[in-house]
Amino acid sequence: MCRTVDLHQAVLAKNDENALALRRFLASRGTVAVNLMSSPGSGKTALLEQLLTRAVAAGTPAAAVTADLATENDATRLARSGAPVQQILTDGLCHLEAGMLQARLEDWLPDGTRLLFVENVGNLVCPASYDLGETLRIALASVTEGEDKPVKYPAAFGLAQLVVVTKTDLADAVGFARETFLGGVQQVNPGVPVLETSARTGEGVDALLAHILRGAEGEETHTPVLARQHEKHLHSHANGTVREPGPVS
Amino acid sequence: MHELSIAMAVIDQVRDAVPDDRVESLTLRIGELVAVVPEALDFSFGLAADGTLLAGARLVIETVDGEAHCDGCGRDTPTGMPPVLWCGDCERPLTLLAGRELEIVRVVVADEGPDGTAVGDTARDTTRDEETSHVPHR
Repeated sequence: MCRTVDLHQAVLAKNDENALALRRFLASRGTVAVNLMSSPGSGKTALLEQLLTRAVAAGTPAAAVTADLATENDATRLARSGAPVQQILTDGLCHLEAGMLQARLEDWLPDGTRLLFVENVGNLVCPASYDLGETLRIALASVTEGEDKPVKYPAAFGLAQLVVVTKTDLADAVGFARETFLGGVQQVNPGVPVLETSARTGEGVDALLAHILRGAEGEETHTPVLARQHEKHLHSHANGTVREPGPVS
Repeated sequence: MHELSIAMAVIDQVRDAVPDDRVESLTLRIGELVAVVPEALDFSFGLAADGTLLAGARLVIETVDGEAHCDGCGRDTPTGMPPVLWCGDCERPLTLLAGRELEIVRVVVADEGPDGTAVGDTARDTTRDEETSHVPHR
């Protein structure tokens, strides 16, 4: 004898509930979280060093959490900016989950942090599925990786609210087909803003920081697709207490 | 390989929903656009379910094709993979209708035996005690 139980639950409901709690926690602290995802070696850490250094210089309280399977190398690098930095070692896991980030932030997030950068594990597949309670999700790709990255990894680029091209100082040397890249982004995520940067020359970094800060002030309008999709399925939404996810104002 | 994490999330949720029942089968709906490989998920599920009340359960995966709508020409079209979410004719973004599902639809559990006691009741505590050591950490 068997019986059937209808569940109709999102597979990642637990992560999404943690992400929702984290989003509320961050909002209560006045902190805007930026989730950075890209493949290994795309230049996330170099760009983040630049962003943190400039944020600190401009008097914007910023902090960073960086995740890797092993080593604290990235935290050591990022800490040179003068910003508070924490390393999460994922013990083999290929992505961050909301609960892991929440556990780290509850004891550590410095008071008054305006911008929290979360450097996800270098990987364009797994991190895309996990909402981390971020306000802004950025997918990065370097010019050296090939211009077809957006169509090869449509979940990562399709769910991003901003796409950042890195290492543009090498674009000519590697024959980066810019129009092909932009066409791929347009195919999988129409209308998403694209910014081009070089951590080496500093090109585009101020523009990127300004874009992030505009989002922090509630001016960012690109839709947070994943949060919108997931949160409507959560039980806590039924009592009407959940506000529509969006930029923290 | 995040299919193992997905498999473990599925098992956690099913155990919360039917904590004392042995699961015969469970059905998932997985969209074409979510980058989950059914074969890898099936393999991971077998590993992660070992030593739980889901051990040996049959995993049924319903794949949902990506589909999008154009408000300009009114057409519903398959997105394909990689998805095309832009209508070249109307020069406008498409609205995604299906393809990002990642859902536990239902489970089929073993019902109580004819004498009113749950099947496998005596073995259950032992099985549950062993779960922690048998479920792969990652």
